[in-house]
Amino acid sequence: MSIQKSLLKFITCGSVDDGKSTLIGHMLYDAKLIFADQEKALELDSRLGSNEGELDYSLLLDGLMAEREQGITIDVAYRYFTTAKRSFIVADCPGHEQYTRNMAVGASFADLAVILVDASQGVLLQTKRHTRICALMGIKHIVLAVNKMDLIHYDKHRFEEIKRDFKTLCANFDLSSITVIPVSATLGDNITNKSSKTPWYKGQSLYEYLENIDVISDDVNREFIMPVQRVCRPNHTFRGFQGQIESGSLKVGEEITVLPMGEKANVTKILVTEKEEESAIAGEPITICLNKEIDISRGCVIVKDKKLEVADMFTASLFWMDNKEMVPGRNYLIKCGTKILPATVMSIKHKVDINSGKHISADQLFKNEIAEIDIALSEEMVFDNFARNKAIGSFILIDRVSNMTSACGVIKHGLRRSTNVIWQQNDVTREFRAIQKSQNPLSLWFTGLSGSGKSTLANAVEKKLVALGKHTMLLDGDNVRHGLNKNLGFKEVDRIENIRRISEVTKLMNDAGLITITSFISPYEKDRQSAREIIGDSYIEVYVATPLKECEKRDTKGLYAKARAGEIPNFTGISAPYEEPTNPDLKVQTVWRTVDEVASEIVEFIKEKI
Amino acid sequence: MKELTHLDQLEAEAIYIIREVAAECENPVMLYSVGKDSSVMLHLALKAFYPEKPPFPFMHIDTTWKFKEMIQFRDRRAKELGIEMLIHTNEQGVKDGINPFDHGSAYTDIMKTQALKEGLDHYGFDAAFGGGRRDEEKSRAKERVFSFRNNKHAWDPKNQRPEMWKLYNTKLHKGESMRVFPISNWTEKDIWQYIKRENIEIVPLYFAEEREYIERDGNIILVDDDRMRVYESEKIIKNFIRFRTLGCYPLTGGCYSKANTLDEIIEETLGAISSERTTRVIDNEAVGSMERRKREGYF
Repeated sequence: MSIQKSLLKFITCGSVDDGKSTLIGHMLYDAKLIFADQEKALELDSRLGSNEGELDYSLLLDGLMAEREQGITIDVAYRYFTTAKRSFIVADCPGHEQYTRNMAVGASFADLAVILVDASQGVLLQTKRHTRICALMGIKHIVLAVNKMDLIHYDKHRFEEIKRDFKTLCANFDLSSITVIPVSATLGDNITNKSSKTPWYKGQSLYEYLENIDVISDDVNREFIMPVQRVCRPNHTFRGFQGQIESGSLKVGEEITVLPMGEKANVTKILVTEKEEESAIAGEPITICLNKEIDISRGCVIVKDKKLEVADMFTASLFWMDNKEMVPGRNYLIKCGTKILPATVMSIKHKVDINSGKHISADQLFKNEIAEIDIALSEEMVFDNFARNKAIGSFILIDRVSNMTSACGVIKHGLRRSTNVIWQQNDVTREFRAIQKSQNPLSLWFTGLSGSGKSTLANAVEKKLVALGKHTMLLDGDNVRHGLNKNLGFKEVDRIENIRRISEVTKLMNDAGLITITSFISPYEKDRQSAREIIGDSYIEVYVATPLKECEKRDTKGLYAKARAGEIPNFTGISAPYEEPTNPDLKVQTVWRTVDEVASEIVEFIKEKI
Repeated sequence: MKELTHLDQLEAEAIYIIREVAAECENPVMLYSVGKDSSVMLHLALKAFYPEKPPFPFMHIDTTWKFKEMIQFRDRRAKELGIEMLIHTNEQGVKDGINPFDHGSAYTDIMKTQALKEGLDHYGFDAAFGGGRRDEEKSRAKERVFSFRNNKHAWDPKNQRPEMWKLYNTKLHKGESMRVFPISNWTEKDIWQYIKRENIEIVPLYFAEEREYIERDGNIILVDDDRMRVYESEKIIKNFIRFRTLGCYPLTGGCYSKANTLDEIIEETLGAISSERTTRVIDNEAVGSMERRKREGYF
């Protein structure tokens, strides 16, 4: 038996009850790829199930208890089989809308998609959603299996109609091939062998098609790209850079460029795993040594002479997967290739209507939605257009609080703006301004409910600092909203922007050498984290932990009474949440203590640092 | 022009995953069960970092009921390769006399699942490589390569993290961990073909030899030491047998075979009519038993 076979990774997807699991089950069964004990278990399970003792092929794949209970597929099942011509890995994807993100997981893994439709139902919304996601995730070859042909008496005209609908749907996608096959997954028509019931169909059976389709990309012929996974330093005489070649090839002696720095060196040694070789090609895991000492670390990208984009802003298509909605302005971690960075979704350019493909304007994104967005990064990153290079053209966004993989996306192009706005190098630096004032700039970020005593404390702390001869500035929520943030309301998206602007201003004040004191409710953990991100090491979070009851009793501005009366929507503590800081630098109690005592405690806490 | 074969692609994928963990996780460990999959995984780890040694330790969860030959093999290989091999046993279980004869599924839970959780917690590992393959069992077929476990090591199959392209998310809160399966996409055949191609040393129990065993409930159980309980109705037989999978000797069934070369084993595997896990006594207890154990923290 030869092991020099190619590997085809494909998915099956489509709407619920279109027969995906049955189709794969049937293929495995027909191809005698099911072990005897699994077959026995299948017969036993089928007898227990609802299918009246008929073999229920879907039971081969729906392996989770909850799936069997409900008779649905929740997550992707991976199956492996080999025919005389090829090795296959098939990912059977769930059809339920609720589990669309699991379908996307399967799509990102595959080279080809088999999309099923029920011949009696035609192209449904979920078929459209899945096809759109397949195209988004970079699948180039799509087979539409028109299933349950037996239910429509193998009607050629209905088949042609569905085929037309589907081709219209795909008209604007960048695909290499679309093939449409009439099948019956339960009866086996056109699955392994051509069916006699569809004499009008001249194409291949699904099996023949999968064995013969050529999905080999031209990665080998394209230019060399290797994101650095890690630096290998077993001892001081060896320094190698490890990673997988994503496209192109490399030979000993060739000159490479390391991005984003742009430094050049020559390759002195190539290890393909543990074997020393003269050259290596796309797909191989390698370790390379260079003739020059360059400071290369994980996240750098090594190329030959290709020009890749290096920028800190780009436009992308995004698929949102988190139960929590996406609001522009929030800070996430982005992973692209082997690089991880803080990133912010700056704006949603438009959402894509799953049904029609039309562009719709939106100010937030919900689970399973696709949109075009602009992303800003905390520093420059090397990337490429997704169509040119999957490995450094795709990314995920990770929620900084829950650590959930919230979204995935594909990069379209960098934004010029980012390369045109250059940091002005000033001669008078932050350090200089700080020394001039004989102090270390800090930002005291007060957070707490309305009426917790933030403003009173901020005022008292500032007076004490001034008495110590320090230079300070106080930013207060209400005051800022009268000027700089006049145009912002109290919706979530506005609150995020409010905090972002204040953080940037606070940072500028620190740059001016000042100790800055801010007093904002800042109810969301994520926003306080963004503030910490923007302001950096000088950020000190002070949580004024006054219980809601006490704040409501004080009601200094009369706002709680109004909120209770329903006159103020989205009031923190009453009709909007306050997320308690999990890890503040300082937590103060104001209930049984005087303002002076608490202010002294805060000044004492920062004394060493200023 | 070179072209990557099916095995080359699987190897590259596994090495990529192993390197990602080493680069991103704070305190990873590779679980080593001494079986063929573990041997392949260990081999991949050696290749992934060459000329550096794997930058993490290995850990064996020893139930004290493993085949003698497995333990000898483990100790010899660790020494030859110069890798750090941690051995962890649930000492309380040993004290309580928990054994595979009297305690059934409680034995697996206490000596394997609990021991594993204890071992991981003891060293504070945040990522543990396992040799699980998706073709082994239906609930495994549904598991991610980077399988998120909460602070109680539990797996929630209904709420797995999406895993897109090669962009693995390794972010964790304190106490949470990852089980990582670099050979998820390999099949039993791939394992054997790779063992042959790379000339990987494996425990001799995989090769047929004349061995002493008894037949119990349709399984071939090796009489590995004098703790084996042989009932009056049973008799010790000597014949050519070998093992497709290795675990605790009283719970691992062998098969009749004369295959004692890798070629013969591959030929036998390709022609097999039952899946390899049929010889694992514990899997056959109840529908969903593997999933239930995984939810509780088993691999």
